[in-house]
Amino acid sequence: MTKQHANWSPYDNNGGTVVAIAGADYCVIASDTRMSTGYSILTRDYSKIIQLADKSVMASSGFQADVRALQKVLEARHLIYQHQHNKQMSCPAMAQLLSNTLYFKRFFPYYAFNVLGGLDSEGKGCVFTYDAVGSYERVGYSSQGSGSTLITPYLDNQLKSPSPLLLPAKDAVTPLSESEAIDLVKTCFVSATERDIYTGDKLEIVILNASGIRRDYMELRKD
Amino acid sequence: VTNSAPSMINLIGSESDSQRTLYPYVTGTSVVGIKYKDGILLAADMGGSYGSTLRYKTVERLKTVGKHSIIGASGEISDFQEIMRNLDELILYDNMWDDGNSLGPKEVHNYLTRMMYNRRNKFNPLWNSLVLGGVKNGQKYLGTVSMIGVHYEDNHVATGFGNHLARPLLRDEWHADMTFEEGVKLLEKCMRVLLYRDRSAVNKLQIAKITEEGVTISQPYALKTFWNFSAFQNPTAGAEGSW
Repeated sequence: MTKQHANWSPYDNNGGTVVAIAGADYCVIASDTRMSTGYSILTRDYSKIIQLADKSVMASSGFQADVRALQKVLEARHLIYQHQHNKQMSCPAMAQLLSNTLYFKRFFPYYAFNVLGGLDSEGKGCVFTYDAVGSYERVGYSSQGSGSTLITPYLDNQLKSPSPLLLPAKDAVTPLSESEAIDLVKTCFVSATERDIYTGDKLEIVILNASGIRRDYMELRKD
Repeated sequence: VTNSAPSMINLIGSESDSQRTLYPYVTGTSVVGIKYKDGILLAADMGGSYGSTLRYKTVERLKTVGKHSIIGASGEISDFQEIMRNLDELILYDNMWDDGNSLGPKEVHNYLTRMMYNRRNKFNPLWNSLVLGGVKNGQKYLGTVSMIGVHYEDNHVATGFGNHLARPLLRDEWHADMTFEEGVKLLEKCMRVLLYRDRSAVNKLQIAKITEEGVTISQPYALKTFWNFSAFQNPTAGAEGSW
């Protein structure tokens, strides 16, 4: 008798798209709030964004149970860091921690596609983009998730990012103002919602700047 | 949630895995839940199917958890019984502190989520989709967890077929602050559609109500069904003379 194989998968894709854009003194992190499975919508109001530290905000799409577990691990590690160092983790430090946490499960990965946004130690906007096993780089903007293939080319066009091959390296943060960046993000999601079935319902935008953190919402198509 | 990728096969099975869950045996079908003015309403039928046989018809799939919550389960009934053993122990230890504090629905839902996710991590899942509803300190809470740990809260939730048949009805007709009568009527509408269209549904259901005052689970009852559609009256009327 041939060995029985399990007919369940430990993974599922709960969809959604996340975007982050770094500015001179702000960072915009946005995601839709739709959670799906297969061709069904589970809920229209689920936040994929979490504030991990004063100046670090993470947005993740992919398998929701793994995303939540990852968030909890990072939250716990940040609390320990605060106890040990009596200060908040900087965004670049959190970026390294996220990478290490993901690689730790290299052989049973967190199915999470992350974008970490915040302010670096100089107060400039920073965005870090990841794959599921922790490979990361600092960029001026990024998009992950089901709508990323629709959004990334648009951002490449609008933000005219300098080539990473240039020497000396040119700064990737956008010269756009905060409100211009927010409008750009809204346009990205409205467009992605049109063609990606897993993106829609509502857009949540988190803006981090010197004055602190603020949230904006916008309705998206629900079909 | 089927899995046939060649890369997964070796990860999931090995020599000593005769103990791991491969597939469910006795299963319950949909659970539907809604928030209403005074609290939460859950509905589930009392069927326990054994594959395609409707084997058990008195399975209680709605249970109270402490003073503030109710749980509804679909999927493998024996795994639900295991979950109840864990929850009962959790509540017992909570009561033994005797400190005036009690676990609310949010806490119980989090516990369930961690339990389901951790079993999924060990490739030995509890084969259930759970609904957890409750009220504590005036705050209403309604959440759900799947067998691989996917969880969320919403104003209305459903498991299994309920996601396909009941949620659309709830999206259309649910509104905030429904009365108890309106809530029961809406849930019965959902359960009736499920009875018509879900092969594993049985016409014997319970409705559970939870408010700040406490929990009540109704006695089992049956829904009226309507088959007098004109198309069913004389189904062969158009067939005379045809083959």
